[in-house]
Amino acid sequence: MSDLLEIKDLTMQFGGLRAVDALNFKVKRGTIHGLIGPNGAGKTTTFNMISGFYKPTSGQVLLRGEDISGLKMHEVARRGVVRTFQHSTLFAELTVLENALIGTHMQFRPNIFAAIMGMDKIDRKAAHDHAIEALEFFGLEGLTEERAGDLSHGHQRALGMTVAYASHPDVMLLDEPFTGMNPEETRQMMGLMKKLCEKGITILIVEHDMQAIMGLCDNITCMSFGKFLAEGGPSEIRNHPAVIEAYLGGARHVA
Amino acid sequence: MRNLLIWGLVAVGLVLLPHGLSFSQQEILVFLTINVLLVASYRLLTLTGEWSLGHVVIMGVGAYASALVSKKLGVYVPVAILFGGLMSALIATLLSFPLFRMKGFYFLIGSFAAGEIIRLLWKRFRDPFGGAKGLKSIDPMPDFSIGIYDFDFFEPVSYFYFCAVVVGFCLWILWRIEKSPVGLTFHAVHWQDKLAEASGVNLRAYRTLAFAVASGFAGISGALLAHYIGTINPNSFDIEVMVFVLTWAIVGGTATFYGPILGCIVLTILNEIVLREMGFEQLRPLIYGAILISSILFLPDGLESLVQKAVRTLKRGNRQRSAAK
Repeated sequence: MSDLLEIKDLTMQFGGLRAVDALNFKVKRGTIHGLIGPNGAGKTTTFNMISGFYKPTSGQVLLRGEDISGLKMHEVARRGVVRTFQHSTLFAELTVLENALIGTHMQFRPNIFAAIMGMDKIDRKAAHDHAIEALEFFGLEGLTEERAGDLSHGHQRALGMTVAYASHPDVMLLDEPFTGMNPEETRQMMGLMKKLCEKGITILIVEHDMQAIMGLCDNITCMSFGKFLAEGGPSEIRNHPAVIEAYLGGARHVA
Repeated sequence: MRNLLIWGLVAVGLVLLPHGLSFSQQEILVFLTINVLLVASYRLLTLTGEWSLGHVVIMGVGAYASALVSKKLGVYVPVAILFGGLMSALIATLLSFPLFRMKGFYFLIGSFAAGEIIRLLWKRFRDPFGGAKGLKSIDPMPDFSIGIYDFDFFEPVSYFYFCAVVVGFCLWILWRIEKSPVGLTFHAVHWQDKLAEASGVNLRAYRTLAFAVASGFAGISGALLAHYIGTINPNSFDIEVMVFVLTWAIVGGTATFYGPILGCIVLTILNEIVLREMGFEQLRPLIYGAILISSILFLPDGLESLVQKAVRTLKRGNRQRSAAK
């Protein structure tokens, strides 16, 4: 398995605060990679730098060996790295189907002249089919005409994933996808993520729900106070003394 | 089939409409038709969530461009009108570079400043813009005949027919744009620009596209105006006119395509016909302001919300009737 995404000496400085300090890790193709750490460890900042939301102070994000750090978010997306947002960030005023259709934007780039002349019927049909297929994958096909803002919390999270999935990404960056879900919903979502992974999508996930992370990830990177702490499989991380110390503080006494 | 019938009736109604009006009302009707295009194009810009205060000046760019090419270069007037639209779109594209570094309130103020700069340029340069007095004796639309009807463009009725066809065609294009994936992307840029960007939407490009297209149609409306009244000056396109456009859009509501058009028609009828007939000549701006404030207070979703409510009630009535059967 080759490295799809490589984070090299990534640093983000907010004024006097070094939120992420020379972070290094690699994400292998076709795996689910977890990024964990206590609150304020810099996980979301790292995410924002990979997805192009922030421009890193220094360091590189390499996608298939190409440096994508500092590119705009839509440019990163067009290279196949698509993210979801914390909470339920959706087009709340639009319908579920329209949300999914926006996800197909990159594949079926709208053209204003074709739209006026009515020459984009094939594209529109294909985009529609594609959006429906993505909605079916996440079990939302019965809700296409609902307003996205009216959906239940679980459905909104699923729709957020649908929008990302509809754009046919190579890498999906999921920012706390299990927040506010009950155990049953979490279990379902984990199943869907495994299915995504089987479809060849590489997943990088930031999450606080340890049970989900441990059950899902092939590889976990743990960070604390902006610095790399440990990396390994779920069992390694669970028993890693530095990780336990970071989460519980003074693990030595416990041991 | 039913739609075709409705549109046919609308067309017949528009053909007959000016013949039931007085001469001054026919003139108002021409201005109303032009303003409908102006406010409908403004809505396209607001789709991306940006409200500009420079729209009327952009309309003026179209008016000046069309007037100048027909006057100085002798370009055939319909071609000049098209050129006016293209010029507006071009100027808007250039303005988008500084303006779209800003968003929301800052964009609003920035667009006002940009508009004032253009207006002051017209005032400052007597050649070719004619300075503060503006351009006079702009070529009118040349007369022509289509067999059953002789177009004499000094008659407001003829010019109304011409405008109605042009504006109707432009509205059809605007409608097609809004209902297309491009329109959907505009909505997406408005409601959640970050998520749209994460889906690969180039925000700058789409904001600029909406701005340029909206400006192009505003330019066409300005050109239509210039060739009708025959004289334009920088004050024809000042902030006062912009306030009218904003009032139409706000009172009408911007959630639907027809909202701003409805606002424009209702307020024009109210302003020009009802209030003028009732002899409130001096009080009209005051009453206009009061209408704006009360519509924000009591009808925050605009006149269009009344239409939507009426349609819903009608549909429910129909359903109950068919259920009773």
